[in-house]
This record gives sequence, structure tokens and C-alpha cells, in this order.
Amino acid sequence: MLRIPCPWCGERNVNEFHCGGEAHIARPTDADTVDDAAWASYLFTRRNPKGPHHERWSHAHGCRRWFHIIRDTESDQVLAVYLMNEAPPDIPGRSS
Amino acid sequence: MQKYSIFSLARNALTRHENWREAWRSPDPKPAYDVIIVGGGGHGLATAYYLAKEHGITNVAVVEKGWIGGGNTGRNTTIVRSNYLWDESAGLYEHSLKLWEGLSQALNFNVMFSQRGVMNLAHNLHDLRELSRRVNANRLNGVDSEILSTAEVQAFCPLINCSPNTRYPVLGASLQRRGGVARHDAVAWGFARAADALGVDIIQNCEVTGIQRVEGRVEGLETSRGVIKAKKVGLVTAGHSSVMAAMAGFRLPIESHPLQALVSEPVKPILDTVVMSNAVHAYISQSDKGEMVIGAGIDGYTSYSQRGGFDVIEETLQAVVELFPTISRLRMLRQWGGIVDVCPDASPIIGKTPVDGLFINCGWGTGGFKATPGSGNVFAHTIARNEPHSLNAPFSLDRFATGALVDEHGAAAVAH
Repeated sequence: MLRIPCPWCGERNVNEFHCGGEAHIARPTDADTVDDAAWASYLFTRRNPKGPHHERWSHAHGCRRWFHIIRDTESDQVLAVYLMNEAPPDIPGRSS
Repeated sequence: MQKYSIFSLARNALTRHENWREAWRSPDPKPAYDVIIVGGGGHGLATAYYLAKEHGITNVAVVEKGWIGGGNTGRNTTIVRSNYLWDESAGLYEHSLKLWEGLSQALNFNVMFSQRGVMNLAHNLHDLRELSRRVNANRLNGVDSEILSTAEVQAFCPLINCSPNTRYPVLGASLQRRGGVARHDAVAWGFARAADALGVDIIQNCEVTGIQRVEGRVEGLETSRGVIKAKKVGLVTAGHSSVMAAMAGFRLPIESHPLQALVSEPVKPILDTVVMSNAVHAYISQSDKGEMVIGAGIDGYTSYSQRGGFDVIEETLQAVVELFPTISRLRMLRQWGGIVDVCPDASPIIGKTPVDGLFINCGWGTGGFKATPGSGNVFAHTIARNEPHSLNAPFSLDRFATGALVDEHGAAAVAH
């Protein structure tokens, strides 16, 4: 089973967590003027990379707090953990 | 093509079965093709077969990075049905089911299609209402479907625990009698053999590493076996669709998740239908070998690892044992995961891409196997005519911008 490192509670089994999907998706700020394609991109289009993936997790059955991780979707290895208000760290030796 | 029949079987028996010819060739790639299909699963092979059979386009290659049918075609629970809610989906899946019904004859290959019925259980009042709504929608679309009461469920499938004192009481079910199962490997092999006989080159161990484009038009593919030029390319790579789209410079509304299945040790025949339950996230049937074939839900996170978490299996087996206490002591033999390409509306994308000459067939998510012949059939039409078949026109990539989504989460039957 995947183990997720919660920044507050430490590493726990994945079934304590809820995966919130891809992180850093910015909602269009000029909502009155952007076209349908931009909305579709915001709502539906995803990077879905094979490799490092920035994603949001919530420790739903623990401290109930949200945080970011970077996980390699090919190996399921967690590469980095960072808080909601932090910028994503660089991953040594990888370009994401 | 060496025709398979009782006579060829008898003739080859006389020579100790040593003179069967290979079912398909393994040619080296030619420098150029009219159409290249990327992905040698059921959908890709079916596309190549129908391109050659119905559209006369035989200068076709199917390139596959591993072996044919080694991805989701060989990793699913082989359920075939067409009881989808919306008109668009009913049209597409019913088209496919009708092709299934004549497939063994059309391909001269026994795909072991067994119409043993597919039952969807209701465990609460809401389930029952939703199933009734879907059954009514199915019947309006000419798809056979009926509602069973608890007593009828018990009579149709005595193995289910229909006692009112269970964790998930069975309040009724929908039943599609024309639904059933097929032999998944045979589907890949049958389409491969029939396509090969019509001149299609099936090239295995050939991984695509780049998509060549000139002025927004596809030119060819860079592969592990060299550059292959093509006038048109069809991408049918399921879980890896986003990776292929990234090579062509566009993105998809798709996320790849692991979906697991498992089989038990073989036992004597005890279950002669397919039982699915949305509410408890389980589906189960018995293979001809006697194994109980059990499908789980998807893992909540995206992954390309072809294995999922044990917690998902645990949850599935808890539900299955509640419904079928008989099998609580069966040991599980094998467990595996496939990578499914999940669309936001649980419906596929079949059509053009922003790149001229590049077509895509993806987003089947957790339920692509049942659509194999129909998907290949309409995708071949789309590639050959440069425009969608009327059945797949609603499933274009631009529906996410227009908002004309085809929401089939209820009929998809796998927990997303």
C-alpha cells in the first residue's frame, strides 16, 4: 500500500488520505472575458504526466489538513512534501 | 489465412498439430504506411481490422510497445453489456454489442462470447430508482433490460445472499440478458489474425517515442524500430493517451488511474451470470476455468505503475463476501492492475485532435472492453472518412469546451 508522508502526522497508509488531484491549477481571474476553451482547460484538462506529479492530499482520517506532495507516477515514489502556501521545491536530477 | 474449422482441426490432428501456421506474421516495419494505429490492444486491432475490411485501407500498421493484448485488453474482467443511460452511449455500446453477437463468425476465431446476462444490484431505494430510470431509458433505445424483484434475483442467481439482515440488502436488480463475458485474449488474437489476413502489419516490441509533425499535420512516428512515415495516425493507447498527446503537443481531459482485478482458485460452476453492484463497488463472474473473477474500484490517485493499493482489494472483497458468503474461504490466486484513462464524464473520446491527420480513441476508463468491436468500427470510419461516424460524433474532444458532456458515471459501474 502507498505510504503518504503527512507533514504533521508523519508517514501513514494511503487509506487515511484523500487525494485532491493535480495541484497549482489556477482559476482564470478574468472570468467575464475568458472563452469556453480556457474554462474547459481549467475544469477538465490535466497534465497527467508519467513522472513527477504535483498533487494535493488531505489527511482525511487524521489531522484533516491539506498539503502538497510531488510523486513519481511511474514508480509511485513520493519525491517531496511541501505545505499549501509553499512553492514547489526543485527535484534533484529531474525536470518536471 | 488458414481457416479454422472442425475439418482443419481433424486434418491437423492427423499430423500431431505440428503444421498449424502462425496466426499472424511479424513483419519489419515498412518505411511508410497510409495509416498507423498506435496501440495493439483490442481497440487498436479492431480499428485496423475494420479499416481493411470496411474501408479498403490495407496499407496499415499496428505498432505496439509490448505484446498485443498485454495492456488493459488482458487485464479487465471481460464484461460485455450495453445498458448505458444516455441515447449517445446506448447507440455506441449497443452497436458494439451487436458486433459482439456475430464476432466469432466474422473473425473465424472463437472469442467465447457468452451471453449469460449481466445483473446490477440495488441495495437502497435510490439505487432502485436509478436502475429503474436506466432500464426505462434502455428500453426506449431498443436495449434489452428489465427490473427484477428480490425474489426474482434470488431465483435467477441463488448464490447471492438476499436475506434482509445483511449489510447490503438486495432490494432488486436490473438485468440485461444479452450481456455477458468474452475471452479477452481471444478478442485481441482474433482481430490480429483477421487484420493480418487483410494485409495489416502487426509490429510488436515497437515503442513510439515521438510524433513527427509539419505545419500542424502529422508526418510519421519516431519509434524504437526507426522512423515510420504515415499519412494518418490513430492513437489508441488507453492509460498512456496523455503521454502520446504530450508528444503531439496537446493535452487531454484525462487522468490515468490503476484499476485492479483478481481471480480466485478454480472451483466447480457456481455462478452462471455476471453480478455487479455500484453501491458496494464489486463485480464478479466465474470464468470457464472456474475461477471467480472479481473487479475492484480505481485507486484515488493517478499512476502508471500497473499496480494498485491493497486497501482497494480489501474493500472489494469485504463487499463480495457479504453478497456471496459461500466464497468466503476461497483463496485468491492472482491480482493485477491496469492503467485506465478516466474522462471527467466517464465517456470516451473518439475523433479528431488539434493535429491534422492525427486521430484519438481514448477515455474508455474502467469500461472499454465491452466496446472493443464498436469502438474499432466507428474509429476506423472516422479515420477513413476524416469525419466521425454518427455514433461517435457526440464523443468528440471539443465536447469539454461546448459543455455537451455525456455523463455516464451511473452506468460505468466502477467506483471513480
